[in-house]
Amino acid sequence: MNFQAIRVIFHQEMLRAYETLFQSLASPVISTCLYFIVFGSAIGSRIEDIEGVSYGLFIVPGLTMLSLLTQSIANASFGIFFPKFTGTIYEIHSAPISHFEILIGYVGAAATKSLIIGIIILFTASFFVELKIAHPFLMVTFLILTCISFSLFGFIIGLWANDFEKLQVIPLLVITPLVFLGGSFYSVSMLPPFWQTVTLFNPVVYLISGFRWSFFEVSDVSVGVSLAMIVGFLVVCIGIVGWMFRTGYRVKQ
Amino acid sequence: MPDIVTIKDLSKTYQSGFRALKHVNLDIADGEILALLGPNGAGKTTLISIICGIVTPSTGSVTVNGFDNITDYRQTRAMIGLVPQELTLGQFDTVWNTVSFSRGLFGRKKNPAYLEQLLKDLSLFDKRDSELRALSGGMKRRVLIAKALSHEPKILFLDEPTAGVDVELRKDMWNIVRRLRDSGVTIILTTHYIEEAEAIADRIGVINRGELLLVEDKQTLMHNLGKKQLIVELKQSASHLPPTLAGYDLELSDDGNQLTYTYDTASDSTGITDMLKAIQGAGLSLKDMQIKQSSLEDIFVDLVKHDHQPADTSEAQP
Repeated sequence: MNFQAIRVIFHQEMLRAYETLFQSLASPVISTCLYFIVFGSAIGSRIEDIEGVSYGLFIVPGLTMLSLLTQSIANASFGIFFPKFTGTIYEIHSAPISHFEILIGYVGAAATKSLIIGIIILFTASFFVELKIAHPFLMVTFLILTCISFSLFGFIIGLWANDFEKLQVIPLLVITPLVFLGGSFYSVSMLPPFWQTVTLFNPVVYLISGFRWSFFEVSDVSVGVSLAMIVGFLVVCIGIVGWMFRTGYRVKQ
Repeated sequence: MPDIVTIKDLSKTYQSGFRALKHVNLDIADGEILALLGPNGAGKTTLISIICGIVTPSTGSVTVNGFDNITDYRQTRAMIGLVPQELTLGQFDTVWNTVSFSRGLFGRKKNPAYLEQLLKDLSLFDKRDSELRALSGGMKRRVLIAKALSHEPKILFLDEPTAGVDVELRKDMWNIVRRLRDSGVTIILTTHYIEEAEAIADRIGVINRGELLLVEDKQTLMHNLGKKQLIVELKQSASHLPPTLAGYDLELSDDGNQLTYTYDTASDSTGITDMLKAIQGAGLSLKDMQIKQSSLEDIFVDLVKHDHQPADTSEAQP
């Protein structure tokens, strides 16, 4: 195991975030504040409680997941795409480092950054609402699993993309709609029956539902199914990355 | 000297169908400077990219110090440093950070004393805290060399190290390469500057259209393939070559003032004495004489010109 290589990749990726520390921290804090002002206070005060949870509190898990997903994908995809774009990837390919070690370095750093942002969002939210977490251990498990699996997904996008447009297209056209339509700001039970069925095909629903359950014991689907879905997604991502590395698809000529 | 790199029957066809390498066999001796000479698109970069693990070969094998470069990649890559052709560097890293990153990537523990000496040797120590984007092209190339040497490799690949650099820096690079060889590092450099190969290489390989046309000791190559020409200036111009001189490889200049005699340096008899006697016998008087030896450039041009293999139909490049 080339621990030194994992260390330097991880350190370099974290350093990149540190150099843009203000942007890295200010962006999630400001957007969380804005969501709370608009949805929590302005609109939320006119919305009745959902399954016994005030609207301002209800949106906290969804809001956290929204940032977590987008940040995980953005961090990991950019982390591996940038060396490809500048050509410095030659150094990774010519170093005595396995694919698994490359993965730990890049995905580990991206997941860590997202986790920190997730914690900052929850901390910011606690200034607006009285945050209560019914199952802290499960909440942290969801948080970590989401950071890792979506960082892996971002890594796949970064490997696959050969231009900036491709790097942006999946987060913009697939992930953002899935998150917004995944029950971030509402309960699935608030939808008409037909759309409730359609929504169940959206994997993000399970993620947000499970995460929300760990806070309020309120969910759209069973927490076991949510956990199984996120673990399943993680396994699929590992499988895709493994296949890309093994075949060299978009990795090596 | 024992071989440190052994390449057997190496071929590479890219997905586009472009055949970059065709059945290349090559042994590189420990401690030598080998120059791979070839025109653009000849396959030089593909060859070193395969050895370094960046490109996967279609067929064939590469062993480095007895280790296979695919199955034992950790051992082989740890021994190799690569300086790429392009100035591929991150923009916002500092010199010190990027060199430290490279050392760690190759599995070596931190060694600030070694890196400090390395940067001093490459005249980079004063710039250690500078961001890479603030450096000149020449300095960036030095940084790439520092990165390649950061993990103390036994073999260094330099892909077109002096492409686009000024004369002073080029000479500077040559001195760096010689110093590295003296410290025991095996150096393989690709170049299309014949002057460069002539100045620093121990052996020269000529590659064209993916084929290694020859690999020869530099002196032997110049001795075997080099030609000498004896240029005889005449006192009075001649209108035509006298019939008595027809048996010699002589050429009369257009103005009739010069005779050029081409001979093989490797043959036992050059025929110069007989030829001079024949000139005198033909009634021509000699004004002056000079000898011209063909350069590596002439040899190279000759080799590539005579490489009559049909060209690839595909224009695609890797």
